[in-house]
Amino acid sequence: MPIQLPVEKWSGAVREVTLGAGPAEGGSRSRIVTVGGETTLPFLHFEGKIPHPPQVALEIKSRRPADWSPLLLETWGDAARDPAAWAAAAERAGADLILLTLDLADSPAEAQKTVASVLQATGLPLIVFGPGQVEKDNELLVAVAESAKGERLVLGVCEEKNYRTIVAAALAHGHLVNSRTPMDVNLSKQLIILIHDMGMPLDRILMDPSTGALGYGIEYGYSVMERLRIAALQGDKMTQQPILVTPGEEAWKTKEGKVGTDVPAEWGDWCERAIHWETLTATTLIHSGADVVVVRHPESLVRIQRTVGALMTEKQAEMAMA
Amino acid sequence: MALTGLQIYKLLPQTNCKECNFPTCLAFAMKLAAKQAELAACPYVSDEAKGQLETAAAPPIRLVTVSSNGHKVAAGNETVLFRHEKTFYHPPGLFVRVRDSQPVAEVGALAAQVAGYTVDYVGMDLAFDGMAAQSDTGDPNAFARCVAAVRQVNDGALILMSEDPAVLQAGLDAAPGAVPLLYGANRENWSALGKVAKEAKAPLALRSRDGLDELAEVSKKLQAAGVQDLVLDPGRRDFCGSLAAVTQLRRLALKHGARDLGFPLIAFPGEGAETPADEAALAAQFIAKYAGFVVLDQFSPALAYPLLVLRANIFTDPQKPIQVQPGLYEINNPQAGDPLMVTTNFSITYFSVANEVDSSGHPGWLLVADAEGMSVLTAWAAGKFDASTIAKAVQTTNVADKISHRKLIIPGQVAVLSGDLEEELPGWEIAVGPREAVDLPGYLKVMA
Ligand code: B12
Ligand code: SF4
Repeated sequence: MPIQLPVEKWSGAVREVTLGAGPAEGGSRSRIVTVGGETTLPFLHFEGKIPHPPQVALEIKSRRPADWSPLLLETWGDAARDPAAWAAAAERAGADLILLTLDLADSPAEAQKTVASVLQATGLPLIVFGPGQVEKDNELLVAVAESAKGERLVLGVCEEKNYRTIVAAALAHGHLVNSRTPMDVNLSKQLIILIHDMGMPLDRILMDPSTGALGYGIEYGYSVMERLRIAALQGDKMTQQPILVTPGEEAWKTKEGKVGTDVPAEWGDWCERAIHWETLTATTLIHSGADVVVVRHPESLVRIQRTVGALMTEKQAEMAMA
Repeated sequence: MALTGLQIYKLLPQTNCKECNFPTCLAFAMKLAAKQAELAACPYVSDEAKGQLETAAAPPIRLVTVSSNGHKVAAGNETVLFRHEKTFYHPPGLFVRVRDSQPVAEVGALAAQVAGYTVDYVGMDLAFDGMAAQSDTGDPNAFARCVAAVRQVNDGALILMSEDPAVLQAGLDAAPGAVPLLYGANRENWSALGKVAKEAKAPLALRSRDGLDELAEVSKKLQAAGVQDLVLDPGRRDFCGSLAAVTQLRRLALKHGARDLGFPLIAFPGEGAETPADEAALAAQFIAKYAGFVVLDQFSPALAYPLLVLRANIFTDPQKPIQVQPGLYEINNPQAGDPLMVTTNFSITYFSVANEVDSSGHPGWLLVADAEGMSVLTAWAAGKFDASTIAKAVQTTNVADKISHRKLIIPGQVAVLSGDLEEELPGWEIAVGPREAVDLPGYLKVMA
């Protein structure tokens, strides 16, 4: 008797969210990206639809980040001094999207100029994060939301203690927001509800449940994402947002990524180890439901995209479907 | 699948003779279902019922052990699809493959490198589990030489790979003291390989070339022939197909009671990869998703370390963060005048700090507060690493008797605690250290 292959019947689906707007929609992007839409767990093509592959973003900074690993700064070279050149280099490296992080030292006018120059330099959809300090985030993101009206940027990060101003600005100027909570299913739902209650349509919210790097708490992020995705597929409406996480930032914070000297010999070649650290953090999170991963090294980008490509390719699909 | 008390009751004699020390057969059945009694306590249960009850009580995925000279890898016995549902129990064994077509010197060198590799991660020594030897030549003598070259320098667990029973036997003979995993049986050779496995009391892996039906069919035959310790290779090599196959196998075993498929899985990420980086990604996929044994075709510290850490992370019990004992730790033989620092008892936190102080060469006292195994900011946000917790740690460890100064360095991320701490610890000076442990050596140098 042939084996009956188990197929779960899910009642829910992840919502589709579109990043970036082309000239027809009031923006200037030559590439537009849609994420989400899954009706099954990651890459189980035999069970449901996975209409869009996870997207890999490269992170750039408005000013040369002195605290980044020398490996990264060396790789990006002079481009890291000029966000427009950096964005163009990231696009050439094959990025699906760009994430630009603004700096505490930026003034609102400077932030507007930087964003304009980045939009000029690349046709990719853009995510813009503030420097991570409440007042400064609000000041800069409000200015950027206004000057880049209609581009369908993703603005972030919205956190429980600071989301209203950013959401209002995104709402007024046709952008999206990133909703970040510290690794907890209920906190994640709550913030989505609060943002949605302000009038933000659900197809303009990305969900960021936070993550830790490999070796530094990835297992918490991994499991929270699996739980959120299962909840979404079971029909829990406020967990159905596509997931964005930032494995690059986490991986390059670790000693394994950041540092090349005075480390144990068992850690092996610095560059190869650091890229594995970032790549494996990202691919593991993609397996637990990430729709957008943000990384920092161009070689990691290429490797992650290869993995995504392979996971989206059903060879001999007949076996899985038999 | 486990039986209910009522289902068990139907299999008992139902005479209520009380010899099991329970008042009724039903009471005994209830205790059996709750795993609070042993079936052996009833002298009257029929052999047939015994068989049925034992089958039902067996774990849905059999635990299969490969061992050698005290090294042991056990895979299987998993009970959930997602780690948050309970936990994953048995981390997959990690192996590196050599071939008998390679020069023996090369085989020996790689086997020695793998054997000599351990890496410290939060106080745990992580290492690969052993080697897989594959016969390319089909020559029993060449295979025996290859296995002997491995054994000479690596006494870890072993996987022997050939479809020819004579070759496998030659490998077994070259590995006294080991109970290797034999690979691989298929539709044609299962009977001959089953005999070799049974004789050697070694587990046997079977590979399907034709979907899960073939696996179930050969597995059933081997079990009927008395080979119970099986390992399955569903045959798919690509990212997408192997994910589908391992997921279906785990579901079939756990949720559909598919006994013939209830065995640990083996994976060969190198065979589905076009580049070494692909192999790394596929190996990581198999660690997260359901492999019991992973055989790599490359080895380098720069890849071994992240894969070992990933395995440790995925197989951490979600209910129990890895913690260290709270208390006062001495690093580099500190004297009374040396600096005192405080941190939490989350292993990752403790070791990031302790390792930095240790490698800086500076002596220091590290006070580890009981923050219920949480990181600095997590514990702070949860109210488990506040001024009173820290003051309590200072008091219970009597650190004041051991040092001659009254200065406490706190993590930069909880600088806000300074004021409260000065109140809780009158007479103490509170110094705010750097935010990241990497910057501690520089900080200590300036202080000294
Ligand atoms: C993993 C994690 C969790 C895990 C817990 C893991 C654990 N066992 O601790 C889980 C998912 C359970 C969790 C829960 C919560 N979390 Co949490 N979590 C994180 C996360 C992602 C990583 C933390 C981590 O492990 N870091 C690695 C360790 C090694 O770092 P560390 O302990 O700080 O140590 C470093 C330094 O402090 C320094 N250091 C340490 N000791 C010392 C000592 C001295 C003397 C010096 C100089 C330096 C030093 O060296 C180390 C290496 O550089 C962070 C966000 C992030 N990406 O950082 C959020 C984070 C810490 N969590 C946060 C919050 C709010 C929570 C919750 C309260 C949320 C909730 N659900 O209610 C809960 C609280 C727990 C509870 N109520 O039970 C917030 C804290 C915000 C704040 N600033 O107050 C953070 C920052 C996320 C955020 N941005 O909002 N969390
Ligand atoms: S010993 Fe067996 S037959 Fe007697 S009461 Fe107990 S279960 Fe029933």
